[in-house]
Amino acid sequence: MDTLVQLLDATVRVSVPLLLACLAGLYSERSGVFDIGLEGKMLAGAFAGAAAAAAFGSAWIGLSAAILVAVFLALVHGFASITHRGNQIVSGVAINFIAAGSTIILGQAWFRQGGRTPSLAGDARFQTIDLPGAAAVSDVPVLGPIYSDIISGHSILVYFAFFMVPFTWWALFRTRFGLRLRAVGENPAAVDTAGISVTWLRYRAVIITGILTGVAGAYLSVAQNAGFVKDMTAGKGFIALAALIFAKWKPVPAMFACLLFGFLEASSIRFQGMDWPLVGRVPVQLINALPFVLTVILLAGFIGRAIPPKAGGVAYVKER
Amino acid sequence: MAPAAIELKGINKSFGAVHANRDIHIEIPKGTIHGIIGENGAGKSTLMSILYGFYQADSGEIFVDSKKTEIKTPNDAIAAGIGMVHQHFMLVENFTVLENIILGAEGSQLLNAGIARARAELHRLEKDYGLEVDPDAVIEELAVGLQQRVEILKALYRGAEILILDEPTGVLTPAEADHLFRILRMLKDEGKTVVLITHKLREIMAVTDNVSVMRQGTIVATRKTAETTVEELAELMVGRRVLLHVEKGEPKPAEVKLSVKNLTVKDSRGVTMVSDVSFDVRAGEIVGIAGVAGNGQSELLETIAGIRKAISGSVLLDGRPIDVTGAADPGELRDRGLAHVPEDRHHVGLVLPFEENENAMLGYHDDAKFLNGPFLNIEAIRADAREKIQKYDIRPADCRLKTANFSGGNQQKIVLAREMEHDPGVLIVGQPTRGVDVGAIEFIHKQLIAMRDGGKAVLLVSVELDEIRSLSDRILVMFDGRVVGERGPDATEGELGLLMAGVEAREAAE
Repeated sequence: MDTLVQLLDATVRVSVPLLLACLAGLYSERSGVFDIGLEGKMLAGAFAGAAAAAAFGSAWIGLSAAILVAVFLALVHGFASITHRGNQIVSGVAINFIAAGSTIILGQAWFRQGGRTPSLAGDARFQTIDLPGAAAVSDVPVLGPIYSDIISGHSILVYFAFFMVPFTWWALFRTRFGLRLRAVGENPAAVDTAGISVTWLRYRAVIITGILTGVAGAYLSVAQNAGFVKDMTAGKGFIALAALIFAKWKPVPAMFACLLFGFLEASSIRFQGMDWPLVGRVPVQLINALPFVLTVILLAGFIGRAIPPKAGGVAYVKER
Repeated sequence: MAPAAIELKGINKSFGAVHANRDIHIEIPKGTIHGIIGENGAGKSTLMSILYGFYQADSGEIFVDSKKTEIKTPNDAIAAGIGMVHQHFMLVENFTVLENIILGAEGSQLLNAGIARARAELHRLEKDYGLEVDPDAVIEELAVGLQQRVEILKALYRGAEILILDEPTGVLTPAEADHLFRILRMLKDEGKTVVLITHKLREIMAVTDNVSVMRQGTIVATRKTAETTVEELAELMVGRRVLLHVEKGEPKPAEVKLSVKNLTVKDSRGVTMVSDVSFDVRAGEIVGIAGVAGNGQSELLETIAGIRKAISGSVLLDGRPIDVTGAADPGELRDRGLAHVPEDRHHVGLVLPFEENENAMLGYHDDAKFLNGPFLNIEAIRADAREKIQKYDIRPADCRLKTANFSGGNQQKIVLAREMEHDPGVLIVGQPTRGVDVGAIEFIHKQLIAMRDGGKAVLLVSVELDEIRSLSDRILVMFDGRVVGERGPDATEGELGLLMAGVEAREAAE
């Protein structure tokens, strides 16, 4: 029981950056701009967040810096792929490289700790929040641990991430902005002839992507961990993209996909070095590879056809 | 004459070196249906795109209801009461009808109020104009005719007083087209102004009050429809006399060249596209396959050409089977005398970035006459291309020019020249004149008749009923993957139209 509670608690923690990045990608891709640079924006955000939090001793300033930097990179992607109709994959890959390289160089130049930022403590880090009554109900069988250990006791960013799921659903399917966003990812010409600016709509989507990846980065370095370590995103941006496809670009399934991938990651950490009946000790590498293997298997066979937004990846050019 | 709903004065528009619109003056009276006719590339669509704010004119003035109006974006056009039904529908395919209608005219930040309002308004429009459509249906599940109706509703929902329709009947059955014309007349009776852009003379005669003819970017004439004739309009469009009727002698059908037996084909989704189709094509005759686009003609053609696999059935070429259910090889079929002019010349028939001479021999590049040992004989290829350019009057006469730079009609001639000059026993042709101007159509039709008279078997697939009727010696009608009837060339349009719409022949006779 304890093991399971701990495993699920860990699942929530490791799912959050996936979820934020996945929702970030959802806004961009629903508008027709493919974004393979989620990873890079998250990494740059994590670095900027940790650096600013260390410099000013405030987690909130860290978060703002993370969002600022990620939005800037998102705008670079927008400028290349919306305004200049460049190849969206190339632009995304470039952003990943820029983030991977510059975070190490700047980290070394500023802090001289081998690419790390100084360890964060106190107000410089997002602390966990105990929800009201968490301690009181912790002895209630089953429901008690679920509330006090799994639901309560996370940082504010965790609650923000899960709040964004119903919010994104509402924004997408119940607001004018959402209708237009979905339309521009399917048929930008229809949006253009309806008298709506395709460019401005896509830029807004890309900015939202920047904000959410920034929060994801800040979560990694200022909440989950106490500082930035080089390459700390470790492929999460790509797993988030896989989750997005797995969820067929819908917010609620996206949450479940991220929880599933989070669960796999949490189990791989949990079961490292354990002896299993019959098979004995499973190599760590194999367990670490499990989420990726499962991703490939799930994507290859189990989800049916995932149909991306029809205009995704294609710059909008008015036809002559 | 009624006051002008739209008046254009001195409109000019250039794209680089191409002068698409040249000093256009036109006056469209309120409450009329005004046709604009011209060949492809005459500048009709450019002119209407300027009116709808898609492009801006280099110079000139637009007056709407006698007021000078600046139209810089589609928004300005909508505000001035202009609505447009585009040739390629501007609909989001996985949205519902309602969602498409309110897109851009939602009214408020939250959708619920806008959707409720649109539902009520749609109900009213439905009653007033007989434009019935299920507001909650998803667009991709609607028939093309209904999708077009949604486009019209979109414009009316935005309060359009002037409705522009760009080539609206290309995708419709004759019955659907007639229904559209009834709707347009009803709109006219309600005081709306309709501008109909088309290259089909028959439609102009059927529904318009006035007609303007465009040629090479200018308006060459405006006539009252009642006071002009098809022949006069055709001559104005092309700038010379055109033979609208194909002259041909009696067919002399000989032995069976191509025989299709119980052919069944499914598409990649597993939907049956061709269902148990059988027919023969004899030497010296043209067999035409009529039908609304999407009823299996394309798949039939591709299967015979060896680029699509059949589920069952057989095809015999000169009495010898083609392995249609297995590994039919288009190259081998070519060697056996089957030439194929594909429906989609841009994606299947040509490689657009290649030079003309390369496309002029593509597929036949292993012929000894194009080879020099293991290498291509560039000189021979170019000489051959120049010969074809001469014979088929391909313009510009430059075999080194990129194929993309030729007009649609000339591109089609390149494909036809390649396939016909190889002297095939059987020619299968898909949409030979799609996107081709009137002058080139005349030429292509003559070539096809010449093939027939030369004792070749020709299988023709076209969605243009006029073309099928004027060229074919026998007409097969396809509906929903089946051949639902065979008629002679004297069959009336109404009779064929009913067959194309899936109404059984028995009912048609009643």
